[in-house]
Amino acid sequence: MDNIAGTKSSLTWAVHISVAVLVFLWLFPTLGLFVSSFRTADQIATSGWWKAMFPAEQNLTLRTAPPATQVQQGNLYVIEGNLFEDESSEATISVFGISSRDIDAFVPGDTAEMRGGERVTVQANGDYRLESDVEMEGGRGERVFVTAETPPEFTFQNYRNVLFDPSNREGMAKAFFNTLTVTIPATIIPILVAAFAAYALAWMDFPGRALLIAAVVGLLVVPLQLALIPLLRLHLEWGIGKGYVGVWLAHTGFGLPLAIYLLRNYMVGLPRDIIENAKVDGATDFQIFTKIILPLSFPALASFAIFQFLWTWNDLLVALVFLIDATGETTVMTKQIVELLGTRGGNWEILATSAFVSIAVPLVVFFAMQRYLVRGLLAGSVK
Amino acid sequence: MEAALLGVFTIIIGVGGCISYFYFSNLFTDKVLFPARNISEADVGGHRTRAALWTAAIPFLILVAVIIIQVVLAGVFALVSPGVDAVAIGIPTKVLIYAAVIAVVIGALIFFITGSKPVSAGQNINRANALRPWLFLAPALTALGLYLAYPVLETLRLSLTERIPGGGSDFVGLANYAQMMSEAKFWEALTNNMYWLIVVPALSTAFGLLAAQLTDRISWGNIAKSLIFMPMAISFVGAAVIWKLVYDTRPIDQDQIGVLNAMYLSLGGDEPQTWLTIPFWNNFFLMAVLIWIQTGFAMVILSAALRGIPEETIEAAIIDGASPFQIFFKIKIPQIMGTIVVVWTTITIVVLKIFDIVFAMTNGQWETQVLANYMYDKLFRANDWGVGSAAAMIIMLLVTPILIWNVQNARKEMR
Repeated sequence: MDNIAGTKSSLTWAVHISVAVLVFLWLFPTLGLFVSSFRTADQIATSGWWKAMFPAEQNLTLRTAPPATQVQQGNLYVIEGNLFEDESSEATISVFGISSRDIDAFVPGDTAEMRGGERVTVQANGDYRLESDVEMEGGRGERVFVTAETPPEFTFQNYRNVLFDPSNREGMAKAFFNTLTVTIPATIIPILVAAFAAYALAWMDFPGRALLIAAVVGLLVVPLQLALIPLLRLHLEWGIGKGYVGVWLAHTGFGLPLAIYLLRNYMVGLPRDIIENAKVDGATDFQIFTKIILPLSFPALASFAIFQFLWTWNDLLVALVFLIDATGETTVMTKQIVELLGTRGGNWEILATSAFVSIAVPLVVFFAMQRYLVRGLLAGSVK
Repeated sequence: MEAALLGVFTIIIGVGGCISYFYFSNLFTDKVLFPARNISEADVGGHRTRAALWTAAIPFLILVAVIIIQVVLAGVFALVSPGVDAVAIGIPTKVLIYAAVIAVVIGALIFFITGSKPVSAGQNINRANALRPWLFLAPALTALGLYLAYPVLETLRLSLTERIPGGGSDFVGLANYAQMMSEAKFWEALTNNMYWLIVVPALSTAFGLLAAQLTDRISWGNIAKSLIFMPMAISFVGAAVIWKLVYDTRPIDQDQIGVLNAMYLSLGGDEPQTWLTIPFWNNFFLMAVLIWIQTGFAMVILSAALRGIPEETIEAAIIDGASPFQIFFKIKIPQIMGTIVVVWTTITIVVLKIFDIVFAMTNGQWETQVLANYMYDKLFRANDWGVGSAAAMIIMLLVTPILIWNVQNARKEMR
């Protein structure tokens, strides 16, 4: 549409800015979670995540090395070292003090005299020299109060804790595998069942076909909330109980209307000639289906597979009802996160990391397969 | 580990089972039931008995297959992790009785259908072809019936009955509905659902339309679309965590870590608010999450619709001197009205079923209850199946107009 007269508006820059604002607004919340998952608990609790990109000014209470490490130089007793425990720290001290009431009394390079007669000199990078005329005593080092500008700092520790720490009972590793175990069969099985049904509805003539298609369209919008109690009772009666088999069956049943609807709409659009030629050549319906229809329907199969994958991966309700029993051995990630929201509501480093672990896989699938997702949406925007 | 193994087996058994069902059922129809050959007077009786017996044997063959699979599975599990009794499903006597009943019924049915008259090859082929669609449809229809159609009726029944302690149930008429109507929480849920129904579809569609219209006109529009569309992939629970961070509150003497409070304070607010506990308004903070998720969906559909508008209509409007706003509201919007309605109703259905966001963020406290969460509370916390089912029926009732409208549209399209 670029070549239509008048579409080049003089307000193009306004469009650019509006889109930029929209994108920013839509991205900002997710970005917050992403950035937070790389910050330590202290950092998250003391400053907003949007400040994480910039150097932060912090008031710190640090200690010199204990008197046990002093060395004698001439008639002076000296302790030298760096106030920051982490040697690679790139923090810059702007002011420091030796009393909690007066933390900005000196600038780096100054020498402060303490009550005990010791003199301490602190440099901007945290190097210090503590001198005393008499031998220093006591078990701990002297306190130094600094105001330091620390550069942005990120850590993978949260991910290590959440994913790879086997002693962490709130970890996501088990829930991650459980979710995967739920998702994959629940994605593959309905595709197959639906594909055969869609072929019959698209290319076979039989009385009642129109009625069946209408029924499928109707079932598309039936809220699955209605199915919870009756099906749970059915599962308990069958002896499946709460478990993977139950949740696979439930997801299969709930995914079928959309699958049949999407696949039928796609298959109906396939060229009639190919199918009729195959029939003339003596192919059976089963052969036509497996050798012609299935390969040609790949885009529709992919669209549905993505839908079903996202839906089962992100599902909470079906897992709560059909899968997770009292032992909690089969908990899925969504349930784990809801539980963390209850018990660890303030521990954002755990929450953010857990949530990001759970949304990372769908995001990858989303960006890799967006084309099919959009196509599927356009074909069957009913559910 | 056991679960993963079980998953792999389920895929193999599920996929293998599906394929072999479709393959063998077709084979059975063409070779045993309705063979493509003439069946003479002398042959017809024998064929009839054979067909009926073979058909009747199928349920038992399936049972044998299930038992074999179970034994094999149990063996594999015993090898992998001794002591784990992961697949002890067992076959209850009830199932055996069902199988026997089904066997007798379909055996008799086949006996009746094949008839005692001689048939030509052509007749047989026609019969096989008449049966085939149902073979293809059977698994899907069974699943749909069992997992969606039957529950609707069963829920309706449950909503009219009351559980008697110790098993069984009593018909109580509309007592459950009456009890539900007398609860303040129900009315709160219903009112809140109405707010959701008005606000979320409207704003999602509006933002989606805006984003679609704007992104279509710039070079990096596709990237922008992709980023606005991204929340679609995020679970409601994940979104709840994301937005809880946005709404987070710290005491006034500390740095705010929630964006909303930080902005509120920097714009002159006097003290940090706990947004999710302010009655009435907290509903809108929850709605923001769903709008954030659904806008991308609306944008994608509406963008495709906007691109489908015939260029001539726009060119004609430009030549006639229409302003960009007139073109948008008077030329484009009327032409995509159908799509807007589809988007609107689709989001409406999502809203009617909304559960996870409320469950994870407030769990219906501070006057944020919605129907689906109310229903969950009744079913699984209060264990009151009657009232829970009644609430589910209310959701069904609200969906029904859209259901009917969809079915009508589908039928129109097929003509």
